[in-house]
Amino acid sequence: MSQPSIDDLVEARREYSAGFVTDVEAETLPPGLNEDVIRYISARKDEPRWLTDWRLQAYHQWQEMTEPDWPHLHYAKVDFQDISYYSAPKSQADGPRSLDEVDPELLRTYEKLGIPLHEQAALAGVVPDPEKPSSNVAVDVVFDSVSIATTFKQKLADAGVIFCPISEAVKSHPELVKKYLGSVVPQKDNFYAGLNSAVFSDGSFVYIPKGVRCPMELSTYFRINERNTGQFERTLIIADAGSHVSYLEGCTAPMRDENQLHAAVVELVALEDAEIKYSTVQNWYPGDENGRGGIYNFVTKRGVCAGARAKISWTQVETGSAITWKYPSVVLRGDDSVGEFYSVALTNNRQQADTGTKMIHMGKNTRSTIVAKGISAGRSDSSYRGLVRVSPTATHARNHTQCDSLLIGDLCGAHTFPYIENKNNTAIIEHEASTSKVSDDQLFACQQRGIDTEKAVSMIVNGFCKEVFRELPMEFAVEAGKLLEVSLEGAVG
Amino acid sequence: MSLLDVKDLHANVGEEDGKEILKGLNLQIQAGEVHAIMGPNGSGKSTLANVLSGRPGYTVTRGTLTLDQENLCPLEPHERAQAGLFLAFQYPVEIPGVSNMEFLKASTDSLAKAHETEQPDAASFIREVRTLAETLDLDPQFLKRGVNEGFSGGEKKRNEILQLLLINPKMAILDETDSGLDIDALKVVAEGVNRYRNAQNGVLLITHYQRLLDYIIPDVVHVLADGQIIQSGDKNLALELEAKGYTWLT
Repeated sequence: MSQPSIDDLVEARREYSAGFVTDVEAETLPPGLNEDVIRYISARKDEPRWLTDWRLQAYHQWQEMTEPDWPHLHYAKVDFQDISYYSAPKSQADGPRSLDEVDPELLRTYEKLGIPLHEQAALAGVVPDPEKPSSNVAVDVVFDSVSIATTFKQKLADAGVIFCPISEAVKSHPELVKKYLGSVVPQKDNFYAGLNSAVFSDGSFVYIPKGVRCPMELSTYFRINERNTGQFERTLIIADAGSHVSYLEGCTAPMRDENQLHAAVVELVALEDAEIKYSTVQNWYPGDENGRGGIYNFVTKRGVCAGARAKISWTQVETGSAITWKYPSVVLRGDDSVGEFYSVALTNNRQQADTGTKMIHMGKNTRSTIVAKGISAGRSDSSYRGLVRVSPTATHARNHTQCDSLLIGDLCGAHTFPYIENKNNTAIIEHEASTSKVSDDQLFACQQRGIDTEKAVSMIVNGFCKEVFRELPMEFAVEAGKLLEVSLEGAVG
Repeated sequence: MSLLDVKDLHANVGEEDGKEILKGLNLQIQAGEVHAIMGPNGSGKSTLANVLSGRPGYTVTRGTLTLDQENLCPLEPHERAQAGLFLAFQYPVEIPGVSNMEFLKASTDSLAKAHETEQPDAASFIREVRTLAETLDLDPQFLKRGVNEGFSGGEKKRNEILQLLLINPKMAILDETDSGLDIDALKVVAEGVNRYRNAQNGVLLITHYQRLLDYIIPDVVHVLADGQIIQSGDKNLALELEAKGYTWLT
């Protein structure tokens, strides 16, 4: 029989479909990092003195820090002096006012990414035609380091919602930025967060006022484009008392030879009775089948439920990056607050992921749920690392963790590193874990009903991820399913 | 022309140098016929089902396989299914998280695409599946559950028959579908197979026991031993085997 085995299928690898480079004239700083570079970045952004100092302080602390060596990851260390820390599309100087003014290369990039035309116009800041209402998603695009366009501003402004690049918020709402920047992820939190604090390029800022339910999903598309440019987003979302916001983040990146560093920081603050839902679909270039190239994704994401009954929910679908180091976490400080983490992490070929979450219970009756699904194919290695910490003050805290791994082929690895630190004997902590394989029998059963192997694997994997996909907003659930299918095209030839 | 035509089939388990299980098997099934294959353990019954459906792990070393004049040998398993071959599994596998309805839709969509035929709209498809499920005593809730996930043995087998009726293939192979069924479930399964039977299609029943043949009356009964058909006859051969065992033949 000429039927290929799963191993053969995993060997084959489809070309990364978002792998292209946009030829936009860019202004890029030469590689290297020192105080002058930080002052330059800060000056270019016309930042206030306090922020320049804040960056410099972070830089000095970072110099004393070392890269974490505990993750289950193997990669060539990054030379931080070999990275350029600032890059901005030049045609941005005046800001695009209509589609005609936008660099056509940029529009072609959106097209290749499959961003619909009306959204492209929105991205470029063209006022939407009220006769033709477009999708209810406000988009703030980070194209390399500068936010290209911010849309739906009026609708959001009417609701009192602030949604703008953080560089703009520094000027328009300095009191909020000053109060909350670094309040969840301090400058010296960890090596990568320290670096980000020193050199962060741009990112989104969101403030939802008291009692406001954000009238639309907020969305950001990130792309890393300039050669050898590290990208250091900084996102800050504040949900004031009783407010509600759902934020979507989606990423793809063009094909590259060299490894590209990405060290973002995302901070979420949910005050009393507020709710933040943060969803990510990540598809950065994972490197080729031999592990050459690909993004290094070292991200610090953390939210704090600062007030009583606050809720923060992270949902992520990760299929890209060569190396992933990422633990979206929730600090449950307010009584009765809720933290959730729903994750699908898919690795193929030589990809490596060490990802998970931290749930820090401090308030009374705090509850957290963790559902982590890891899918490993090829020669990839995927680790779940999760911490559940219950402080002495967190009476009647509850956690439920479910951690499932699915293996495709027999050359990949899946690991689970759960950490439980309980200092309160009223807490209830549950941990469930399973490891399974896409079996030849399952594939054959599908084939015998006329379904080809590729479709079968995709169906089985989607079934495995169902609990997480359910948590995604509609717009993303479809995209996530498609993304898994594309990523698995690599896994099944 | 036979619907299913197997000539001088030799097949090994594993690669070329694997152990030979089928040793020159001949089998012709005409449209409208039901054949039963019986035989002792290890005679090659399940291997035959697997080789016909193209399951990985076997190598055909000699002989020909055709279904409705189409050569099956070079075809992938899903292409054989698309050519009209259906295998009801002895041990249906579980596919967690993939609902039965989703699975059935994926299957019929793939087959329709291969046949370049129109698919019914989703609503009438769901109605059709529900009606079939009812006739097989399957709770409609089971359509929302993962494929065979937590199903009882009987439910799994009835699910196979549901798929048989929905797909309506040219040729159905039932690999010990009767094993592990109580008498009520056996009757439901047999009724399903009888409903499927018509003048255009064919059935190959692989079974260990004569019991199933009380409910699905075969046109021809074959005895398989050591990779070859050593005896063929009408339904009375099955009764004889039941009474005397296989030893009088081998």
